[in-house]
Amino acid sequence: MDFDLNEEQEMLKTMARDFLSKECPKSLVREMVKDERGYPPELWRKMAELGWLGLIFPKKYGGLGGSFLDLAVLLEEMGRACLPGPFFSTVILSGLFILNAGTEQQKRELLTKVADGEVILTLALTEPSARYDAASVEVEAIGDDNDYIISGTKLFIPDAHIADYMICIARTNKGTVLEDGITAFLVDSRSPGINCTVLKTIAGDKLCEIIFNRVRVPRKNIVGELAQAWAPLENTLQQAALVKCAEMVGGAQQVLEMSADYAKERMVFGRPLGSFPVIHHYIANMVMDVDGCRFLTYEAAWKLSESLPCTMEIAMAKAWTSDAYRRVTALGQQIFGGVGFIEDHDMPLYFRRAKAAEVTLGDGNLHRELVARQLGL
Amino acid sequence: MDFKEYSVGESDTEEEAEFRQEVRDFLDKQLTPDVLEKIHQERDHYYEGRPHVREFSRKLGAKGWLVPHWPEEYGGLGRSLAHRRIIIEELSSRGAPVGGGIGTSIVGPVIMLHATEEQKREFLPKIARGEMELSLGYSEPNAGTDLASLEMRAVSDGDDYVINGQKIYSTGAHEATHHWLAARTSVDAPKHRGISLFIVNLASPGVTVRPLWTMAGERTNEVFYDDVRVPKKNRIGEENQGWSYLREALGFERMALSGMVNVRRIVDELIQYAKETEHNGKPLAKDPIVRQSLAQLAIESSIRRLFGHRTSWLMSKGIVPDVAAAIAKVWGNELDQRVGNAGMQILGLYSQLEPDSKWTPLRGSVEHLYRFAVHLSYGGGSHELMRSLIATRCMGLPREPRV
Repeated sequence: MDFDLNEEQEMLKTMARDFLSKECPKSLVREMVKDERGYPPELWRKMAELGWLGLIFPKKYGGLGGSFLDLAVLLEEMGRACLPGPFFSTVILSGLFILNAGTEQQKRELLTKVADGEVILTLALTEPSARYDAASVEVEAIGDDNDYIISGTKLFIPDAHIADYMICIARTNKGTVLEDGITAFLVDSRSPGINCTVLKTIAGDKLCEIIFNRVRVPRKNIVGELAQAWAPLENTLQQAALVKCAEMVGGAQQVLEMSADYAKERMVFGRPLGSFPVIHHYIANMVMDVDGCRFLTYEAAWKLSESLPCTMEIAMAKAWTSDAYRRVTALGQQIFGGVGFIEDHDMPLYFRRAKAAEVTLGDGNLHRELVARQLGL
Repeated sequence: MDFKEYSVGESDTEEEAEFRQEVRDFLDKQLTPDVLEKIHQERDHYYEGRPHVREFSRKLGAKGWLVPHWPEEYGGLGRSLAHRRIIIEELSSRGAPVGGGIGTSIVGPVIMLHATEEQKREFLPKIARGEMELSLGYSEPNAGTDLASLEMRAVSDGDDYVINGQKIYSTGAHEATHHWLAARTSVDAPKHRGISLFIVNLASPGVTVRPLWTMAGERTNEVFYDDVRVPKKNRIGEENQGWSYLREALGFERMALSGMVNVRRIVDELIQYAKETEHNGKPLAKDPIVRQSLAQLAIESSIRRLFGHRTSWLMSKGIVPDVAAAIAKVWGNELDQRVGNAGMQILGLYSQLEPDSKWTPLRGSVEHLYRFAVHLSYGGGSHELMRSLIATRCMGLPREPRV
């Protein structure tokens, strides 16, 4: 057992915190919520230079060959900073899917571009049913000579409005086994027949509705193999859920620290708010929630890094973190009182993001159900 | 970071593997099915006494196996903590109690840190052999969580102290040989600076032990002191400095308490029960509420396991895990309560049955846990105090002003 980060991870953590506190102040975060694109290209370029966009990709695909533990360290800092932009959609959802499903040539071409910051991608999976299971993939792709023609609606697709390409998950045949017959297509976002609308969301994430109206995609744009997308997709969703947990841990840690600092300074009834036992108890509950999330997340990240089976551990982490981050922000709101309710304060940034992260990639109920299956129930 | 958990024996050195074999051979001979059955009866049924558990503990003590990591001159074997772990693993795998207790896990470590050399040589070997069995003499009718308000008086008189007063919740005092006693040696000093610690022979004239029966069916005690003479050489540490040693002792106790109930085993039993039990032809395990509940308990058990690993890891680095131990205690003991309650809900009407019926599920272990775990969130440090400790020491919040 060793609960310490290694030296390189400590350096990454420190560097990430310094960089983000300088380059991604809260004023920028708020500006980006209102910004049409939702991200500053300059910051994206700098992150590419730091190697962050390729941290998790093998060196032969232009990455740094980092582990999921390294990635968790970085995401924790991104969560702390409320980093806006398409990192999750491009690097995590799309990048990991390409890594898991793509052909050698696709990996070389696409991942190198992602790592260099040259391309923005997103994964178009969810539909109006708003589920992450195979049965919910109803958008159809019908073969037509050397092309496929995609029709249907994708919903809640992050950053699709700025993506150069989207990986559209579509059904290429309707068999009895729902997991069979699902194919991933790399779709140029400028293709005729695509209509993209940005939705307004609680955390200001740019989630989109995408209507595919007979969109023609060449057969060679299939990512990986025809009708074989579900297994690598499921794997990707698990990895992404874990990475999301790391991001949430960072946000929760920041809320805990902000709340404790405020409780020390704020005077009530002639003494610091933080000297009242009820506030001690709130803070202690937050500490236990943050530690619990962090340990579940890092244990799963370690297993993933060591290529050990960890389906249950990831589900446990996302189930717990989804609820715990929300609880931590709610207690933070209670400690800050009215001042934390003002939109210009930092608390609303985290309160909003905690809820968005909770429902993204499956909430507590969904992941507890996955745990139950792993327990053989 | 490294979360590797070694399976039993996997990380043994050659010497440790030999030791493990020695332990196994011993247990094959000594821990016969007959002995184990009696031990289980004492554990599962609500007892007046535990003669077989104690006898077995003394057998381990005679081999030096309660504290193999203590120095030889103090009754240990001068070996590593790994040896104690090996013993615990081998005993646990056979469903036997791990031996030792208050003496080896709470009093011994305090003596090691603060007693004179003469006292160490006198008391530690007896604790190591399981001959000196201790009961805690802390709480009084008017001093529980606010322990420093204790009123029991110890007055210096020649080579002795003369002690008067009453202790309460001295669990095990009717079986133990000695009391680990906190009493007031100065009434003039502030309340935290007038307390001393003693080892008192419970057979001393003037000591009366009376039973109190708990809701969990187990016995605890009131202990009355009426002009009890205790030799000065039985005072551990400086006079009036007892509070600082007590804080350490309470830390050791918390670490021991956080893992007291093997709650994951009960969760696993509930999972098995849900798979095997049908209602109207449908397994309980297919009920979405039951699935959610058991999954949540499994997750919370994992957090408990990780909190425990953190405490051990800090100790292995020579760090006193005060905050980490408090977190492990609060989390672990509140989880015990949640498992008890969720388990009762899953068992429904059957949950209320006590062990003597053929209808009783899981030997009544859930029903017992439900009643037993109630005291864990105040025993050994109330969780209100624990949470204040976590907030002040971990996040630097100011303490509540003393009045």
